[in-house]
Amino acid sequence: MANKKVLMKGNEVIAEAALRAGCRNYFGYPITPQTEVMHYMAKKMVQIGGNFVQAESEVSAINMVYGAAAAGARVMTSSSSPGISLKQEGISYIAGAELPAVCVNIVRAGPGLGGILPSQGDYWQATKGGGHGDYRNLVIAPASVQELYELTVEAFNLADKYRMLVMILGDGTLGQMMEPVLFRDEEPIEKIEKPWAAVGRGGREKHNTVTSIYIDPDDLEAKNHELQDKYKYIEENEVRYEAYGLEDAEIVITAFSTCSRICKNVIKQAAEQGIKVGMIRPITLWPFPKDIIRETAARDNVKAFLDVELSAGQMVEDVELAVSGKKPVHFYGRMGGNLPTQKEILDKIIAIHNNPNEGGRG
Amino acid sequence: MTDFSIILAGFGGQGILSAGKMAAEAALYEGKEVSWFPSYGPEMRGGTANCSVVISDEPIGSPVVNDADVVICLNQPSMEKFEPCIKPGGILIIDSSLIHIKPTRTDIKFIPMNASEIASELGNMAFATISMLGCLSAATGCFKRESFESALYEVLPERRHKLIPGNVAAFDKGAKFAE
Amino acid sequence: MAVVFEPTKGLTDKPFHYCPGCNHGIIHRIIAESMVELGILEDTVSVASVGCTYNSYDYFACDAVQAAHGRAPAVATGIKRTLKDKIVFTYQGDGDLASIGTAEIIHAAARGEKITAFFVNNAVYGMTSGQMAPTTLLGQVTTTSPFGRDASYQGYPINVSELISQLTGAVYVERVCLTDFKNIQNAKKAVQKAFKVQQAGLGFSMVEFLSTCPTNWGKEPVESMEWLKEKMIPQYPLGCFKGADIDFSKKEDAQ
Repeated sequence: MANKKVLMKGNEVIAEAALRAGCRNYFGYPITPQTEVMHYMAKKMVQIGGNFVQAESEVSAINMVYGAAAAGARVMTSSSSPGISLKQEGISYIAGAELPAVCVNIVRAGPGLGGILPSQGDYWQATKGGGHGDYRNLVIAPASVQELYELTVEAFNLADKYRMLVMILGDGTLGQMMEPVLFRDEEPIEKIEKPWAAVGRGGREKHNTVTSIYIDPDDLEAKNHELQDKYKYIEENEVRYEAYGLEDAEIVITAFSTCSRICKNVIKQAAEQGIKVGMIRPITLWPFPKDIIRETAARDNVKAFLDVELSAGQMVEDVELAVSGKKPVHFYGRMGGNLPTQKEILDKIIAIHNNPNEGGRG
Repeated sequence: MTDFSIILAGFGGQGILSAGKMAAEAALYEGKEVSWFPSYGPEMRGGTANCSVVISDEPIGSPVVNDADVVICLNQPSMEKFEPCIKPGGILIIDSSLIHIKPTRTDIKFIPMNASEIASELGNMAFATISMLGCLSAATGCFKRESFESALYEVLPERRHKLIPGNVAAFDKGAKFAE
Repeated sequence: MAVVFEPTKGLTDKPFHYCPGCNHGIIHRIIAESMVELGILEDTVSVASVGCTYNSYDYFACDAVQAAHGRAPAVATGIKRTLKDKIVFTYQGDGDLASIGTAEIIHAAARGEKITAFFVNNAVYGMTSGQMAPTTLLGQVTTTSPFGRDASYQGYPINVSELISQLTGAVYVERVCLTDFKNIQNAKKAVQKAFKVQQAGLGFSMVEFLSTCPTNWGKEPVESMEWLKEKMIPQYPLGCFKGADIDFSKKEDAQ
């Protein structure tokens, strides 16, 4: 089926992408709405001689990921919100031990057991830590099934390159929907040596140790500085976003993933009514594309921002930080698993157009 | 064509989800943008199934359909639930072999068709939803009959190609109800 | 002059940080010697856990991975599935294995993971200063059972080896102690057998070591040994609970 689009479910595409990226280790625990990732892996991984383990818990699954990553393998786990909460312990250890791994969160609505329908309410958890300690995950938010494929492959390269956890942040819509996807004949896999891995000494002079413990405070502080330097480098080099219509936009929407898709259509409708709306869609949620937002906020044509999310307003705080009070920031969000309709967003845009300085946050 | 949206709904086991996928496959065959989105989770456990299909010339926004151009229903609870979701001037296609009520709305086009009887005559109950796709295609042109047939050959594994003539026959019988 | 004794190459030169009278040193030594004698030192990955032996990787001369509290069997699973022809062992205390890590050890054993768990049971939390462990004896005074462990209030000790031996995936389970030369020799035999079970790919193996904690027991080292013999062994009888008659020439023996 080379060079031909095939109709596939988002969750299955994630699994297929991982296999194409050379991932031969998957550890997970069932949870809706990401289970198809697991089903696909259970079958295909065994067929190609890889490892698939249905773990006894999310806690164990992420620690199996930790083990396989420490042994130098490309490895992935996937889950949904409550399961990702359980994985936070392991994610912090992965950050501390600087291990490459990919973790997929097909977000559902919370808090608590919440519901199973789409949400973006795990933005804070994904981008601000989630587990204990000073660390970051590289967080990628695809907006289509095609992007799920391309960015999942990329996630493995980034994980190996930076020795850190890369999180794919999707939601129930993206995981459950089918869309056409065009697979490449060959994947751009970056082969990175892992001389630090614990694979058995095999004659090496000194034994390798993969650990996150530094009992001496000076050692630990030095380690933390090392991590922060790495994060700074990533902030300078790995920011990804899509922007359009900023040159003459009166209102600029910020939205990621599923919300950005809906907003794109709203922008066309707004144009029909003579309202010029642009959009900045973060593809990396961390590192966050703050520079483009800061520059956009300084533009004379821009009167206001509108942030749209499937949450009570999480990313909007990062938008506000970048805008730095230069322009009003408005917010529209839905929770509980509901998606905003185009009309709801359009109504909000018309209200902002009529009165950009009223009804904003703070 | 801007977003053309369809909701298919009925009981689990009636082939609702795969019929929706076939509609998307047929439109994809024509080079259109398509999306398919199922009801998932606990909703599935109660025995009902529904999915949304969007067909467009442009990249699709939300795959979740709130206002449908066409709603296809194979049981009464689905009709009661989704009749209000049809755009004014939209179409409601129902399996009149299974649903014996009439719509309350007057601003939509109503096409009752005895899909299950057609399927029964053709000897395969899975053809009920397929005949309704025939009606959908003929009534709206959202994808062509030829695309449906060609997509079947592409999507089905070869050992199941013998089923295709039956599918096409069901499709054609359904198309007549759009006249 | 003939060399009659030299340090094992299975250990690094780093001096142990363990308290006087603690058995960890002996256990480290017999595991290290076994790796050398079986010729697996270069092919082994150890998994350190959380507790007094958090940094066992400083002492064992093999590659090592440090695990979160209780998660060593899951980490070992990830390593072993990736490196099928290597030897992987966990080194865990009773708080780690029998309390916070019960799910991980039970399921690793149930899956028949081809790993080895070395379980050090000293009936108390050592590192965090003497709290009650799941293996604390009835009546035993700890910092969190200051009036002695009361069954009606704090429940009963867990006999881990007996429990694990009930699982089909566990192939070899033995409990040993280190109170004298003979028992140390027995313990070393058990360590080697556990490694051999793993080398033969038979399934999960575990050796439970009854061990002393003079510091947190509030006893002299010699007195601790006596207490272990008099109090611990009646609750935790020594012996092989599973796999006493494994025939290494027949792989299906264990299945």
